[in-house]
Amino acid sequence: MRVCVVGCGAVGSLFAAHLATLEDVEVWAYDVVEEHVAAINEHGLRLTGRAEVVARLQARSDASEIPPCAFGIVATKAMFTEPAIAATAHVFADGAVCSVQNGVGNEEVIAAHVARVIRGTTFPAGHVLAPGVVEMDTTGDTWIGPFEPRPAPMAEVERLADALTRGGMPTRALADARGAQWTKLIFNASSNPLGALTGLTHGRLCELPSTRQLVSGLIAEGVAVADALGITLDSDPQALIDHAAAVAYDHRASMLQDVLARRRTEIDALNGGIVRFGRERGVPTPLNEAIAALITGMEHAWTSQPEDR
Amino acid sequence: MAPPRIAIAGAGTIGSLLAGHLGTVCEVSVLTRRPEHAAALREHGLRVSGKHDRRASLYATADAGELPEFDIGIFACKALDLDTTAARLAGRCPEATMMTVQNGLGAEELVARHGPWRIISAVTFMSGIRHADWHVEYELDTATWMGPWARTATPYALVEELAALMVSAGLEAEPMPDLLPAQWSKLIFNSAINSVAALTDLPHVARFAQEDELGDLGHLVHGLIDEGVAVAAAAGVALHDDPWAMNVLAVRRGETDHGDYAHVPSMLEDVLAHRATEVDFITGALVREAQRLGVAAPLNTALYRLVKAREASWQRGRASTAAVA
Repeated sequence: MRVCVVGCGAVGSLFAAHLATLEDVEVWAYDVVEEHVAAINEHGLRLTGRAEVVARLQARSDASEIPPCAFGIVATKAMFTEPAIAATAHVFADGAVCSVQNGVGNEEVIAAHVARVIRGTTFPAGHVLAPGVVEMDTTGDTWIGPFEPRPAPMAEVERLADALTRGGMPTRALADARGAQWTKLIFNASSNPLGALTGLTHGRLCELPSTRQLVSGLIAEGVAVADALGITLDSDPQALIDHAAAVAYDHRASMLQDVLARRRTEIDALNGGIVRFGRERGVPTPLNEAIAALITGMEHAWTSQPEDR
Repeated sequence: MAPPRIAIAGAGTIGSLLAGHLGTVCEVSVLTRRPEHAAALREHGLRVSGKHDRRASLYATADAGELPEFDIGIFACKALDLDTTAARLAGRCPEATMMTVQNGLGAEELVARHGPWRIISAVTFMSGIRHADWHVEYELDTATWMGPWARTATPYALVEELAALMVSAGLEAEPMPDLLPAQWSKLIFNSAINSVAALTDLPHVARFAQEDELGDLGHLVHGLIDEGVAVAAAAGVALHDDPWAMNVLAVRRGETDHGDYAHVPSMLEDVLAHRATEVDFITGALVREAQRLGVAAPLNTALYRLVKAREASWQRGRASTAAVA
């Protein structure tokens, strides 16, 4: 079968390279970074760190050169979902497309372009070392399931999960993948932006009672929205936060890294997503709203034209 | 009547603006923290540029014992330095009247612990930029509001006299019999604007008043201000100005005067310089009042905690953050 990874950055590369190790899967990648695409085509896609793989695959920045695929895996940053799926939709005219992105709301965007959509959440992470080279920082599971409004059939979801698992990315096919997605969403939205706003590591945030209380306040709002949506979380976000504080005390949230590098954050898909779904269900989310407004304000501080300082 | 002798403790931006203007109409002495600062003032006088051009000659010293007798003392230091500064003047000129201009709440109580002085409460909206120890640029020529602090039974006539003196020196000053309504208006305004600026790195730009889209920053600022207004109501204070209108006006003034202008709130200046901020006296004071009065202030509480946490990120020790509410 043929699979196209849409957005072959750090996370997309983990999926693409692992899948490409399989005899029965032909992997394509779509990415707008031309140096990265050229390096992949010339030298293959190399993973280092928690995985050592050199995968041969076809990468393109021009989606019209990509043949029809049975599956798509969208791994762009959330704010690029729309242009990425708009550019590649024709590739999946007879395929199913799975999001493995951060936050919520990506599947809705994908579903506006393709007929069969798979909801996904993934924990493995990495970072791009150089064009064509990605370091895998953490391993972990991936959960996928039919996206309810425009679902891919369960058999199709299972086929993708099987291929990913055989390729070395352990993946579970679930009839309802919302619990996994919202658990990760709430975890991320309740810790990541606080790190970005304060500059504190995850461990320090959790050790100061005042910020730990803020984390709890954000979690409580997210859990209330999940409840209103009828979603059963697959683990307690509070416990995940404390676990992370113990095992990753010095971890600097990815959003803090984004902010330090003055890159746009995924705040709209994280706290912004909780706010939108909360509004839909009439659940107030004032703290998530405040945090989203602050991060957006921070982005404006470096994107808007220089103001007299 | 001879003009009063004025002592100004602290020659940061506000202290310099006061000294540079008042020094042209009466005898002014300045108490600095650093001896070289005092020496520079004695040598150059104090130059004011920007909205006004002034050069005041004045006496300056870093030794409180050398400070000449004064009739009026003005504490113009930051709120964080007020306790130690007032302690330096303990026992001096007990007949004098002292004025506090610090942000937030609680400055008068702190000063009253160090002397039997009569106290004038003030809040100031003027701002400037310090270019040198002896040179300050007058940026915003907005008013200083002042009133008698009720607990020392300061005669209102004294407040009026000092305000008139400031006006004669070219400053904007407005006496009022009860300052609390104005002080609270500024507290609520400052609590919202300063904490949002300190967390986003944004100067006070038009976005602070924007409420068109769901995610616009104005919603958060408005929410913070609404909480503050509710706390004031519970405290029995009828506000002098609507803090939201102050916000709208402040960003509009910045935009129309010169499009590229935006005021950098002091708490953001402190954050950018990795200095301790006045958040405990501003947002923290509002949160403490809310707790005391049993009024919910979740947004101000959240922002107060975030600013304290941001301060903690550049403080080495961990103990210093233990007291965060």
